[in-house]
Order: sequence, then C-alpha cells, then structure tokens
Amino acid sequence: MAFSSESSNQAEWAAKEPVLRAVRLSHFYGQRVGCAGVSLDLWPGEVLGIVGESGSGKSTLLRCLSGWQEPSQGRVQIRREGEVLDLYALEESVRRRLLRTQIGVVFQRAEEGVRMRVSAGGNIGERLMAEGMRHYGRLRESARRWMERVELDPARLDDLPCTYSGGMLQRLQIAKNLVTEPRLLFLDEPTTGLDVSVQARLLDLLRRLVREMNLSVVMVTHDLAVARVLAHRLLVMMGGQVVEEGLMDRVLDDPQHPYTQLLVSSRLVA
Amino acid sequence: MSRTPGLTVPNRSTEGGYARGGALKGLPGYNFAFLDEVTKRMIRRTLLKAVAIPGHQIPFASREMPLPYGWGTGGIQITASIIGPDDVLKVIDQGADDTTNAVSIRSFFRKTAGVATTTRTGEATVIQTRHRIPEQPLREDQILVYQVPIPEPLRFIEPREEECGKVHAWADYGIMYVKLYEDVARTGRIATTFDYPVVVNGRYVMSPSPIPKFDTPKMHRMPALQLFGAGREKRIYAVPPYTDVKPLDFEDVPFEIERWSRCCALCGATEHYLDEIVTDDVGGRRFVCSDSDACAQRRAKAARDLSGNS
Repeated sequence: MAFSSESSNQAEWAAKEPVLRAVRLSHFYGQRVGCAGVSLDLWPGEVLGIVGESGSGKSTLLRCLSGWQEPSQGRVQIRREGEVLDLYALEESVRRRLLRTQIGVVFQRAEEGVRMRVSAGGNIGERLMAEGMRHYGRLRESARRWMERVELDPARLDDLPCTYSGGMLQRLQIAKNLVTEPRLLFLDEPTTGLDVSVQARLLDLLRRLVREMNLSVVMVTHDLAVARVLAHRLLVMMGGQVVEEGLMDRVLDDPQHPYTQLLVSSRLVA
Repeated sequence: MSRTPGLTVPNRSTEGGYARGGALKGLPGYNFAFLDEVTKRMIRRTLLKAVAIPGHQIPFASREMPLPYGWGTGGIQITASIIGPDDVLKVIDQGADDTTNAVSIRSFFRKTAGVATTTRTGEATVIQTRHRIPEQPLREDQILVYQVPIPEPLRFIEPREEECGKVHAWADYGIMYVKLYEDVARTGRIATTFDYPVVVNGRYVMSPSPIPKFDTPKMHRMPALQLFGAGREKRIYAVPPYTDVKPLDFEDVPFEIERWSRCCALCGATEHYLDEIVTDDVGGRRFVCSDSDACAQRRAKAARDLSGNS
C-alpha cells in the first residue's frame, strides 16, 4: 500500500532497500548484557525468525528493534516511503506516532498488549482513535471487520478480553496492531502457551496476513517448529550475540555453529 | 507585578493594597483572608499562568487550610488570594447556599476578611462552587472559583503521572476516546454524567470538576473568569472569559445534557438542574432545583406576579 501511488520503478527500488536496519545494537542492564553488537536487515515481505534459549537476548533485541526500549548503543533505522528514519534519534512524540502507524508488536503475554478492562472493540479501535478517528459507527465497523479477519466471532465485539481464551487473546492482539495497516510486525513468542491445534490455526492466520498485507515480520521464538513454519530466514542468538544467520532451512537442516547444532538436536519430536 | 527586584523591599503588612489606612476588617491576629501575603502572591502568579494557558494544570505550593481535603481546600485558597474588601462572596455546594460546607466557608471569609456575603447569584462578585454552575448566567465582573477533587481528566485511564504529562504535552488524546467508546458500546450512549471531559481553547483536555454535564455547555464562552483549585493534588487551572469549551464526543454520538420529564416541585422550573429527593420509605420522591437561589428567586417572582395581578 505504501508503494501504490508511485511507479513500479519505485517499488522495485524500494524492494532493494531493507525496511528495517539495525546497526551494532547493544543493550546492557547494568553489568549484564542484554544483546551485544547485533546488526541485521529486514527486507520487504520477509519473516525473520530469531531463535535461541531463554536469556539469550531475543526479547531485549525485539524490544530495541520495535521502539520500546532505547538501546545502550547502536541505531535502528526504519524506511518509510523512501525516507530513512533513525528510530531513537526521533523526538518521542514523532516516534510514538510512527510506532502506532508503522509498527505492530504482539507480546507473548497478552496482558502487555491488550487493555484487559476495555472491550475487544475498544482495543481494536484504540490506534484509530489515536490517529484521530472520531466516528463511532466507523470505529465499530473497522473493529468488526478486523474481528472477522483474525477469525474471531464478531458477536464478541463488546466482550472484555478477560473473557477470551489464550488463542483468542493473541488474535485480538494481532487485530489491534494491524488495524492501522503497519508495514512491520514484531512477534514475541506468539504461540507459546497455546495448545497445538490452536497454535497451528494461529500460524496459518499469521502466514495469510503476512502475505495479504505484505508485512515484514521479526519473530522471536524458542520453538524451532514455529520458526520452520513461518520464518524465511533465521538468526540464532546465544549470550546476547548472533552466532549464526542464514536461510531457515539451511540453518535448521545444516547447522554450523556448535550451539545451533545443540539447539536443533535437542528438539523434541512428537 | 513589574516591581524591579532589589529596589524596594516589599512591606508584608501593607502589601496587596488592602491594609492601607488600617481600614481592614478581619480577624485579629490573622492576615486578611487568612492566607499570608507571600502565599497569596504565589497563588496569584499561578493564576496568571493558568489564565495564560487555558485548561493547562499548573502546579502550586498548596497550603494546609483549616478544613479537610475534599472540602474545598483548593477553592478556598484561590478565593483567599483574589478576594478584596469590596467583594461580595457567594458559596454554593451542589448548587445550594445552605449546606454545611457553603455556610462554613462563607462564615470563614466573613470572619477572616470581613467581606460581605450573599446567597444571590446576581449580587456576588466572587462565587466559590462545589459541583454546580449557577443557573443564572454570569457576567464579566464575576469570578467563578471551582473546588476540584481530581484535576487530571486522564487519571482513571492512565495512572502514570509522567505519561499523563506527555499526553497533554503532545495533545495525544486518543486514549480519552477509548473511554467514550466503552461508554457507548456498553450503554448505547455516553454514560458519563458528571466531570465530563472538555477541550479548552481547542488545545487542552480538562476536567471541569464534578459538575453535572447539564452545566458543561455553560462553560463555553462564559463572560466570567473561571478558576479551578485542587488543594490535595496541588494544581490550579483556568478558563478565561469567552473561551471555547467543547465537550468530547463522537461525530455520530453527540454530547447531550440530562433532561427531566418533571418540573421542580417547589418553583415549577423545567429548565433548571433537578435533584431527585426521596420523601418517604414507600417510594415517594420529588424533584427540586439543585440551585437553591434560582429556585427561591423564581418563587419570589411568581409571588410578586400573583400579588401584582390580584
């Protein structure tokens, strides 16, 4: 949608530029290392998986990339309609606007991403209202449409999220984030804690939305099976650093780094 | 205000222009209107700032007052800072002049400032109010002082003070609409009936204090100066005369005020804000004006008309 008004020439040119670029990103918690010296590019329409065990710095990296945590060192650049914006050099008010129009973040714990005391419709409409929509009927119409798009029953529009199941909450988070049609989506362990059939349907939904909306996605997961289903490319993290990077099937089927080999071999097979 | 610092040492006892000639009537041992002159000047400076930025909450060093928080410590400090010996003070509580709070604040200023007090809206120059705006339209030469319990309109949506500050600074008020949306989604209309959030001068979202939304339209372009004091929260804000005050609403769900199917049981008014009063324990009830002065005036006029006609 960002390229629709201009010539295909520009679309072609834009495809050659990453939508997101991290340059030597480091974040420290006092003496402890969250992530250290991570550089990465995310390309239009790409799903980048970040795998690693608990405490390897995945979530810290995701928070830094998605604008929620200013890194101790390094830069995060976002490309928007041909201009490159340095995320943490922007004034905070500008960054916030950018975050809610260009970026979506789906958290593992839905409580972090959803207002539990506000109805599903209010949650989905929140970004639209922040962007100035002041028409109740249109807000509801958008919310209803998005409930359908993420396969939630529109009859539950006025229900509070605390009455939703875990899988429904993740769908609600996705709807809430995608309602402003951002180009970047960050997923933090989106399927953890869901049972396998719910996981499978959620992954299907995500894959469909990524294709339909031409989203670029960074997904953090410890579950290699989820990475295999969704990711095009993988980063393997250990101790805050990227130890291996490559196409998803190359990394999973021919792991090079000893840690990646360990990770792949310790996967449970049902 | 334009005194050059260092040239003259202000004489505390004669400052403020009230004490000249020793004609001041007040309580012996106390300064005029209870507060000391330095505190009054601090509050007046805050008021000037508040008037300059309509609807913006200005912090001030709120003092302990001889009444509990929640009884109007903010309003009373503003009144004490602006009142002069020639002023006529009216105090209302929920519209009524004869409630405990109103009576005691009136007597407080009668004692400490020796000012005249009144219950007539038209005669007052300063009106301190809790939770109502008088029915009789106010004039340019009057000042309305509101008692405010919670000055932050975002308080129940965003608990973090720092975040509230950012929302105001960037006029990023989308979150206020989430609350309105929830109201409409749950009840089919905007269910907020008091302390209805307003936008002042097209910029700041402001709490009008817990006045019924019936009174909200009266704030719009009011000829009188409106001052708001929150003693416990230590905030002062203001709406200068003839300033735009617009309630928040949706394009397709407009702001509406309360309506009653009855009239006042005492004066028969239909255009006043009515209180519902339970009169017995078998479900009896009646509606009467909340503004006791407006009700009394209307009854007096009816009596005059009646005797004039007979």
